[in-house]
Amino acid sequence: MSVEFCGLSLAHPVINGSGTFDAIAAISALGEGLADSFPFSAYVSKTITLEPRAGNPPPRLWETPAGMINSIGLPNKGLAAYLSEDMPRLSSLRRRTPEGAAVAVPLITNVMGSELADIAALVSACDEPPQISAIELNVSCPNVKTGLDIGADPEQLRAVVSAVRPLTRKPLIVKLTPNTADVAMCARAAEDAGADAVSLINTLRATALAPSGERPRGSWLGGGTGGLSGPAIRAVALAQVASVAASVSIPVVGMGGVERSEHARDLIDAGASIVAVGTASFLDPMAGASIASGLLP
Amino acid sequence: MSGEPLQRRELTVAAVERLGAYHLLRIADSAGPEPLAGQFAMLAAAEGWGGGQDERPFLPRALSIARRQDGQTLFLLEDVGPGTARLCALQPGERVLSLGPLGNGFTPPHDGRRALLAGGGVGIAPLAILQDQLPGTATALLGFRGSSHAPGAALLRDAVIATDDGSQGHRGTVTELLAAELESGPDAVVYACGPAGMLESVRALCEQAGVPAQLALEAPMACGFGACHGCVVPIRGGGYSRVCVDGPVIDACRLERVDEHAGAPA
Repeated sequence: MSVEFCGLSLAHPVINGSGTFDAIAAISALGEGLADSFPFSAYVSKTITLEPRAGNPPPRLWETPAGMINSIGLPNKGLAAYLSEDMPRLSSLRRRTPEGAAVAVPLITNVMGSELADIAALVSACDEPPQISAIELNVSCPNVKTGLDIGADPEQLRAVVSAVRPLTRKPLIVKLTPNTADVAMCARAAEDAGADAVSLINTLRATALAPSGERPRGSWLGGGTGGLSGPAIRAVALAQVASVAASVSIPVVGMGGVERSEHARDLIDAGASIVAVGTASFLDPMAGASIASGLLP
Repeated sequence: MSGEPLQRRELTVAAVERLGAYHLLRIADSAGPEPLAGQFAMLAAAEGWGGGQDERPFLPRALSIARRQDGQTLFLLEDVGPGTARLCALQPGERVLSLGPLGNGFTPPHDGRRALLAGGGVGIAPLAILQDQLPGTATALLGFRGSSHAPGAALLRDAVIATDDGSQGHRGTVTELLAAELESGPDAVVYACGPAGMLESVRALCEQAGVPAQLALEAPMACGFGACHGCVVPIRGGGYSRVCVDGPVIDACRLERVDEHAGAPA
């Protein structure tokens, strides 16, 4: 069942979505055993920014029909502390083969910046350490100058990816935003600019209002808006993955509402090379492993 | 190699009892890990989870472990939303999905101080297992809205009760009972769990009295094991802590105030 993805040999086609599985916290809560029977064939870090971020004020969660809105705000300790404190631990994750041998879980580091200089600095910094196997670019971030999401505009996306592409020889994955007019056009722009793969879908922009008795009736979420995930977005993910896979020749990481092997199979049949699991891991930390084992021929 | 990680398990409901407005859910769990007082589990019904009010619930609910007894794990529930409604409707023999025990528990008193337990509403749950685990019978002060909820006090031994409407025990708040206790003997450690407003009163009272307090916080959670960063509370000095992995029991001195959004799951 092992798959080749951007030159990485993955034991199975199921990885995690960025920001949905804090492996260090999970190991501390669920036991060291998680570090050597890791559910995913590669580990994607949460989004790392140049400077530390505290994240959004609470409330950060809202349950919806068949899903949830998160407004977490990308809390992270910043690039320097990530490289010195977290990267060594995150690159030592292992999974067991059916024969019982321990194999390494490649580390994919997800980065985000609101201007080109930041993104370039992040990509350059991730190019050096051998512990990082690939870089994923989170482009669902407003450009500080225009206020528009970098990844929502094909031309802006092309410019950013073109500029950082020469800074690393590692696989560069562009995590597309679904909050755009034409995701396939954005995917093609990323491919033209030298991306090795695209991943989608990120969460759909969403919000929830404070209880109806409150005046003024603002957003319930401390961050104002958030992203919808879970089974509620599965059909949207399938359509966007199919559209993108038909438009590019680079590999596609498909995600969005995958809870069972059948959902992963749908995304693969729609053109994804591998799939990512996010919200389902909140409900069951070993969901990724169950989904992978169900994909066995 | 370091053993199997804690995993979500499918367990069977052994019994559901009523304590006034509350449901006491008994789950057969003879093989499960022994919880520390103050720990919690993420709980969902194996069937019929979703499709309730507003087509919810979707996420599992974080619930304090109320007791371990005769191979069963006990949870105290109140029907306040689609998740708790489904859990309250569970029948013996039905299956639940449980991930736990999770989080940091209470730390027993030190320096010969006595334990003072202060609980409000469904928040009395973790104080029951704490009373079980402490030597003797720790003083328990419990606050309820009125006579329909006061029967919950049967979960603890020798509880002193306050009700908002005065229908049972002291008319007023549990914090008033606690203030009187601290006046007569400040050599105590306070263990509290309840609604955000009550916890903030307890925190402020203990700070003023110079008494250490451990607060069991509640927050809506998606995962319960640190993955989602959704359940944060602001902490003293800036920044946020996750209730699931940095709590749910937290030293009161780490908080500037108890966040108004902290509360039991619906």
